[in-house]
Amino acid sequence: MEQPDKDAKISVRGLKMAFGSFVVMNDLNFDVQKEDIFVIMGGSGCGKSTLLRHMIGLKEPAEGSVFYEGENFTTADGEERLKYIRRFGVMYQSGALWSSMTLAENITMPMEEHTDLKPAEIKDLAYYKLALVGLSGYEDYYPAQVSGGMNKRAGIARALALDPEVLFLDEPGAGLDPLSSQRLDELILRLRDSLGSTFVIVTHELASIFAIANNSIFLDTETRTQGATGDPKELLEQTENETVRLFLNRGETMKPETNHE
Amino acid sequence: MEKKRDSSPDNPKAVWKDDGGRVVLFLSGDWVRGSEAAVEGVSERKWPDAFNAENLGDFDSILPAFLLRNLREADIKEPGLEGLPDNLRGLMELALRVPERSEAKQRDDEARGLRSLGLVSISVSQAVLSVLEFTGDTVRSTLRFFTGRAKFRSQDFWEVIQDCGASALPIVSLISFLIGMILAFVGNVQLASFGASLYVADLVGLAMVREMGVMMTAIIMSGRTGAAFAAHIGSMNANEEIDALKTFGFNPFDYLVLPRVFALVLMMPLLTVYANMIGILGGMMVGAMVGIPPALFWAEMLTVVDLTQASLGVFKSVFFGVAIAISGCLQGMKSGGSSAAVGRATTRAVVASITAIIILDSVFAIIFTILDI
Repeated sequence: MEQPDKDAKISVRGLKMAFGSFVVMNDLNFDVQKEDIFVIMGGSGCGKSTLLRHMIGLKEPAEGSVFYEGENFTTADGEERLKYIRRFGVMYQSGALWSSMTLAENITMPMEEHTDLKPAEIKDLAYYKLALVGLSGYEDYYPAQVSGGMNKRAGIARALALDPEVLFLDEPGAGLDPLSSQRLDELILRLRDSLGSTFVIVTHELASIFAIANNSIFLDTETRTQGATGDPKELLEQTENETVRLFLNRGETMKPETNHE
Repeated sequence: MEKKRDSSPDNPKAVWKDDGGRVVLFLSGDWVRGSEAAVEGVSERKWPDAFNAENLGDFDSILPAFLLRNLREADIKEPGLEGLPDNLRGLMELALRVPERSEAKQRDDEARGLRSLGLVSISVSQAVLSVLEFTGDTVRSTLRFFTGRAKFRSQDFWEVIQDCGASALPIVSLISFLIGMILAFVGNVQLASFGASLYVADLVGLAMVREMGVMMTAIIMSGRTGAAFAAHIGSMNANEEIDALKTFGFNPFDYLVLPRVFALVLMMPLLTVYANMIGILGGMMVGAMVGIPPALFWAEMLTVVDLTQASLGVFKSVFFGVAIAISGCLQGMKSGGSSAAVGRATTRAVVASITAIIILDSVFAIIFTILDI
């Protein structure tokens, strides 16, 4: 197995993902640098969310490892793994807010557990995180009382609760109207610039991929491995891989420049 | 595609013909829903070299489905669609654009004879193992709690206490009262024929405190609380809420299972004592109807029901509480990610906890007999 890149925030080496004997993806190798906005893209059902779950330790790789800053995360366990996990923020596809708690409580619970802040400070912070995603005033609502899009945004607020170094977002834009989706992109860019966070985002929304990503991996269902990695804007111009180009061109075989003529 | 027709549709027909070395499939008639397609001259090859659709009338989804079925049996990579009308060809091309991922298709496991026996044995042993593992995890988690290394939200705990304590009182009252009455009635039928009606008090008292009180409470709690645990935790699982707990560094076991186990272990004995009292009250009422004054009933009952007897049921209730909580939480945690899976988890939780209660009760019956209590 190749050695991980010591300078990279996240390195994945020789990762094989499988459900029992069914192999989803083979031999994935890529690096996410600090302050990257890294997009995991690919057709539906190709294992994008599964890759994300491998990167945050919810699923164990069949082979290979995930490294954080050169340290092996896959073989770490117990307290050591918790140390990494505390530096993550994760937003799940459905929001996954704890349904028995209000939006504010969803955000304060991790803070109560992992910080020494006073209750009043925690309350202010929760208000602030909700305001960041445009949900001020909804502190005391339960997840079931607000819309799906709001659940999603509250999920992002919760992911931000502990000011994580790495934020994992699973399809943040899906199911949002174009305007909210655009606002979300802006939010991600702002957060990256002001907090210096690294983002790993699962998405297949082209507009948002080109707007925010500076690095990416394309999972190819046909070959069961990565089709390409790199900046999606460059991939569009340069990639040799036909599937990747088709994906980034919405299935148009011609390049976009010639397309306009 | 619907055309006005004067007559009823022609019967659809597919005829295989060998046309100078080429296999041609002649399609004719109206391939519409409700018609029975006649296939003639079945070919060894499932897919023709060309089609002839000159006499093809109307068609709906029946025809592409028929072709697709043949194609799957033929197992050809790039089938020729020559001779098909344009619209049908378009539909076929659409259906064939993304090749089938054969390995993604679920193989239906043929479960027959010895194989099915083997599968059942494996699943049973896995189920037993998972119960043992879960019980072990519960013990470890409890130890962590008492050494201050595990915690849960106290609010969750109080909510469960409320739900499996006070909120369960009405149904427990009703059932135990009726059980007490039934015991008294049934007992009286036999005892009255010996002129020994008074002993109804002994019967009701002893049966309630040793068996019926705790048993009925446990069964009510399985259906009520055990099922609720499974459904709640199961839907949290389906909604990725448990994953969210994990990635925030919370141990889902400590957070979800522990408060529920503790709450039931605390509430079951209290509910059992309450059920015993209500049951005896029911018996007493029937006693009054058949001529045993309540004071006499009470005094007679106390001759057999002493503290030892009364504590047996309460003792058992603690174990039943653990069994109910563990079955409910285990099924919830194991539940899959869909609403149907949550339903199945709930069913399994109730069945498992009632089975566990009955088995535990038999074990206790044997132990108490040996100990001669």
